[in-house]
Parts: sequence; C-alpha cells; structure tokens
Amino acid sequence: MVKSKLAGMVIGATALSLAWTPAALAQTEIHWWHAFTGRLGELLAEQVEKFNASQDEYHVVGSHKGNYSETLNAGIAAFRAGEQPHILMVFEVGTATMMAAGGAIKPVYEVMAEGGAEFNPDGYLGAVKGYYTTTTGEMLSLPYNSSTPVIYVNRDLFTEAGLDPDMDLSTWQQVDAALTALKEGGVDCPLTTAWQSWVHLENFSAYHNVPFATKENGFAGLDTELAFNGPVQVKHIETMGQWAADGRFLYAGRRNEGGANFRGGECALFTESSAGYAGVKAQAEFDFQIRPLPYWDGVEGAPQNTIIGGSSLWVLSGHEAGEYEGVAAFLSFLSTSDIQAKWHQDTGYLPITLAAAAQTKDEGFYEANPGTEIAGMQMTAKAPTPNSKGLRLGNFDQIRGIIDEELEAVWAGDKTAQAALDSAVERGNALLRRFEQANR
Amino acid sequence: MDKRVTFRGWLLPAALVLPQLAVTAVFFFYPAGQAVWQSLFIPDPFGLKSQFVGTGNFEFLLNDPFYRASFVTTAVFSSLVTLVSMGVALWLAVLADRLIKSSGTYRTLLIWPYAVAPAVAGVLWLFMFSTRVGLVAWYLGLLGYEWNHVLNGEEAMALVVIASSWGRISYNFLFFLAGLQAIPRSVIEAAAIDGARFWKRFWTIVFPLLSPTTFFLLVVNVVYAFFETFGVIHTITSGGPQQATTILVYKVYADGFVGQDQGSSAAQSVILLVVVGLLTIIQFKYIERKVHY
Repeated sequence: MVKSKLAGMVIGATALSLAWTPAALAQTEIHWWHAFTGRLGELLAEQVEKFNASQDEYHVVGSHKGNYSETLNAGIAAFRAGEQPHILMVFEVGTATMMAAGGAIKPVYEVMAEGGAEFNPDGYLGAVKGYYTTTTGEMLSLPYNSSTPVIYVNRDLFTEAGLDPDMDLSTWQQVDAALTALKEGGVDCPLTTAWQSWVHLENFSAYHNVPFATKENGFAGLDTELAFNGPVQVKHIETMGQWAADGRFLYAGRRNEGGANFRGGECALFTESSAGYAGVKAQAEFDFQIRPLPYWDGVEGAPQNTIIGGSSLWVLSGHEAGEYEGVAAFLSFLSTSDIQAKWHQDTGYLPITLAAAAQTKDEGFYEANPGTEIAGMQMTAKAPTPNSKGLRLGNFDQIRGIIDEELEAVWAGDKTAQAALDSAVERGNALLRRFEQANR
Repeated sequence: MDKRVTFRGWLLPAALVLPQLAVTAVFFFYPAGQAVWQSLFIPDPFGLKSQFVGTGNFEFLLNDPFYRASFVTTAVFSSLVTLVSMGVALWLAVLADRLIKSSGTYRTLLIWPYAVAPAVAGVLWLFMFSTRVGLVAWYLGLLGYEWNHVLNGEEAMALVVIASSWGRISYNFLFFLAGLQAIPRSVIEAAAIDGARFWKRFWTIVFPLLSPTTFFLLVVNVVYAFFETFGVIHTITSGGPQQATTILVYKVYADGFVGQDQGSSAAQSVILLVVVGLLTIIQFKYIERKVHY
C-alpha cells in the first residue's frame, strides 16, 4: 500500500499532473468517465459528492467525455494509450463491444469479490441484470441508468378531437382506430416516435416474443444473424408505413426529435423512453398521461416484457489492486437502495434494484406521480425469454444506423416494409460478420 | 545568359530544405504510412489483437453498394458547394467592387459569416429548416411546399450544400474582391471607351485577369468541400436520409469513431488520399493551363 502510494507520487510528480493536489495525495483517486450533462450531470455529481463525503480513503473524480458514443470512444482511445479511467460509462449498444474486449475489462463480479464489497446481483431486476450478465450468470458491468419505451398520451388533443381520453390504448389495433379518429378530428400529428429502431423493432420484438437476432439475440454466440424481418415485425412496420403515408404517423428524426412535437402539443401520441418523463413533465402545457407500450392483439405471447436502454458502468483493467478496492466500494455505494430510489424518482429512469422499487413505492411516489410505475411493471410483468433478455450484437451502433435508413425508406414510401427489413438484415449481417472476424 | 542564382555545393540548400521536409515527413508521410499499414488489418477496438487481412478491407468496402454510391454523393456535393460558394462570392464581389459609398460596411457584413464555426452554422440552418418548427420550413408550408429534409434526400442535400457554402462565400468574397481591385483600372477604362458594355468587359477582361484567384479558390474550395464540411453534415443530417448525404470523409468518421471499425476506416482514408491526389493532379495539369498569370 505504502509502496504503491510512493510509486504514485513519483509518477504524479514526473507527469506534473495538475490534478495532484495535496488533498488527493492522502486519498486514492478513482476516475469515472461519463456521458451526462445538464440535470443528469448534476444528479451524477451529487452521487459522487455524497460518496466522497461518506469516507476519506477514496476520492472519486467524475469527468464528462461527450455523448455516449464519444465517451466510449474516449475510453477506448485512452486504453490504447494506457491512460484509461477506472470506470467507464458505456451505453447498452456498446455492451457487445465491451464484452468481447476480455483483456481490457475487469468484470464487476470479480471487482466486487476481490474488493470484499457488499454486493448482491440478484437484487437487480431480472430484465436489467440479464442484459449485462454472461450466460453463466456472472455480472460483467454494473447497471446504472436504464429505461424502457412507453407511450405518452396528450389527453387534451383526444378531447378536442372528440375522443374519450380514457379510451383503451393497450393494443395497436385500438391505437390504429384512435389514430384514424384523431386525424378525422383535425389533429395534424396523431402519432410520432423517438428512437424508432429501439422502440419499434428491438423492443417490439421482445414484447411480442419473437427473435430480433438468432442465437438468443446474440447472447449465445458471435455467429448470430439478424432476424427482425419476420412476419410480426414486417406487419408492424407495414402498418406504420401506411400511417406515415396517410398522415397518421409523423416521422421527425432518428433520435428524440419527435419529443419537441409532442411537448409542444402538436402530437397526440408519442412512443418514447420512460426517461423522457422529466422533460415532458417540465414542458408540457397540457394534460398528459403515460400508458404501457401497445402490442398487437393476436400475436402469441404478447405482451411479453420490454427491454432496456441506457448505460452500465464498466471497470477497465490495468490499475492497482488498492484502487479496485475503491472502485468496489463506490459501485457498492451506487447500488444501495437510497441512491437508486432517488435516481429513479429524479430522472424517470427505472428503479433497477428491487429494493429501490419497493422503497419508492413505500414513499408514496407512484401515487403522487401516476404513470411513473408503468415502465417498471411493463419490464417485470413476465420472466424474460431468450427473445426478451436483451440484445448482444457487435457493431450495433452502426446497425441501428442501417435500420434507421431502411425505416426512413419505408416512411418515405420508397420501399415496402418487407424489402426494407430484408435489406437491413442483409446489410447488418455483413457488419456482424466483421465484428465476429475482429473478435475471433 | 543565365540569371538564375544557384547555390554552390549541396549542404546549405539541403539544410534550408530540411525543416520543410521534416515537417512533411512527421505530419504527412508518417500518418499516411500508418493509415496504409492499418488498412491491411482488422483490429479489435481496444488494440488487444489484430488480424492481417491483406486487401480484405478494400474488398469489403468496394463490394458495399452504399460505399460506391458515396463517391457519387461526394462528387455531387463537392461540385455544388464549390459552384455555389464561388459563384455567389464572385457575384457579390463584383457588386461590392462597383460600390463607392458605404462599401466598407457592406464588405464587413459579408465577411462575418466566415467567423461562424461549421458545426454552429449547421445548427443555425437546421433550426431554420427544421421540419416542424423551422421558420423557413413554415413559410414554405404557407406556399404549399411540404419541406422535409429528414425523409427527402434531395432536400437534405440542398440543405447541407447551402449550410456548407454560406460561411465559405465570405472567404471567397475576400479573395475575389482583392483580385478585382488588383486589376488595373486603365485596361477596363480603355475597353469602356471602345464601347464595351459591363458584361462584355467582365467576360473578356476581368474574368481572365481574375483567373489566378479563381484557380486558387477552386483548389482550396474543393479541398474544403471534401474535408471540412464534416461538422455541417454531422449536425444537420448525420449522413441521412438513406445515406443521401454521406460523403466519403463522413463515412471515415462514422466507421472509425462510431463503429470502432478501424480497419475499414483506415482503408477508406487510403482511398480518399488517392482520390484527392488524383483530383489535384487533374486540377494542376489541365485546369491550370487556362490560367493567365
């Protein structure tokens, strides 16, 4: 311990590191690179401050490194240069990349066991844990922020169009009828969406218990192939293409551009992440409501459960054992139910531990904020199947880009749903093979 | 009689050229060599392992119809940006050159957009043309035109061309104006006395005398359109819809930094290097002949 500190001092002195303040000398520094700014960044900083104040052995330093892609990129570049942080925030899409990087990461279960920190992986929601756990049940990264798609309803627009705002919208059949009525009632934008691939293909497949990709959506091997051009998905995309053609569905963009249209009161229905709640609540000047994501009535097994989006924390290799003890202590602190419950209530992200969910319920939060419990219920209603555990696909950021392009072709009326999805599968498979080759 | 000054021996000239050579070697040849070397491998993102694939990366790229289409996209985009930014700049410069009163104010205002960073310019134009909340898109809607660059590839291309050309017009304007002012008044006055009208004078005297400036700007603008418009495309379309605005350099970024596919990214850099090299040779070999110095 003394030796490592001395070595640290020498390295610090030679590097003339500005961060090497006298206060930091006495403590072991833990670096955490993350992707949050604004309100989320403040809440994250609050967690770090709380941890730093709770003990004096370790000092966690949080650094913002850009958006999710940029943060992952910064982490990878730093690793190549031997300057990697201890903890790196990686979005769910980058999970397969991290899992394949055996030598670059230190699995969380290992960090926790070696650090002797209190940690119970079974305390996490099954659908959350499954995403970041190996097929043999070892948790590789710590779930941090997770959300799932739901549908937001502008009740005022329903009333204006002469519809009952309390009408049942559990199935897409019912939504279809509602969209027609809204359009006839003079609503310019009956439906819009954010994150089209995530909501209408990835989650859609899980929710209807059909595979998004072979080999358990990639969990069971790198030789997985995309499979989202099946009849259930094609029917859904075809229907949405029809809605787009006759003005019942308005496409606003690949990310959450549609949010502006919904929050501005233009759109009646909006499929978006449950984490969009805070933004809608802050800006909507109308009566809104959160409902579970609709499903197609008649599809066997639907509704199954939806899957998550968000990020998890990966521990990178190449640091001193003493520092990993600090990492373990910090991660263990982050998974306590007080921290988790507060995070869930402040952000609209899911309560990812069972204890945090129970605590939030006991505090009466769901009664005071109706609709915030729906995301959690939707994810935990049924035990996940191999089709609804999540996705583990390499190069997935780019594959999503391909899916976006092909879906845009459907919305523009350039391609049929079948042709677009077939093409997306074919082009995506080429990238999966490249990932397989790079990680053989 | 040879009037050229020559150095005796080779030591001094070598020493004088050395700094330039060193800079070129360190900042050009070394990275370019690295790119060529890396293009032969498929590494994993963390650099833990790497596989030699020979020309595999190039085969993968050239078999991709979207990559081949991106050459056409790049050609269309670069030509349009060069044409629009130089054409408008020349027109404005000719007008500014004729001004007597308040020409200073006029010039200053025209030069301003150059101070705006490409990414910021992209966001500004994006706001104006945003499908539902953009001012321009709204006025177009009043005129009965449904603007939607999110789904319409041609509109997306038009938008990135406008946004990329906008700031560039200022830069070109500066050079054109300086070029115009360097043309001796006496030549133009002589033509005027001979009865040549403004446009006649422009095409027969001004434009040919301006050709060194025009040629310089052509080279510089093509390079700009190839490499520096990345921020605009990233903020406005991210290469979409359906890769309608994915130019070669944007794909290098997307594959290398978003997709972590460094082998493919390196191979694309090499291809880009060859393309720009060929383009420069063409420019200097064929177009420069028409320039009057």
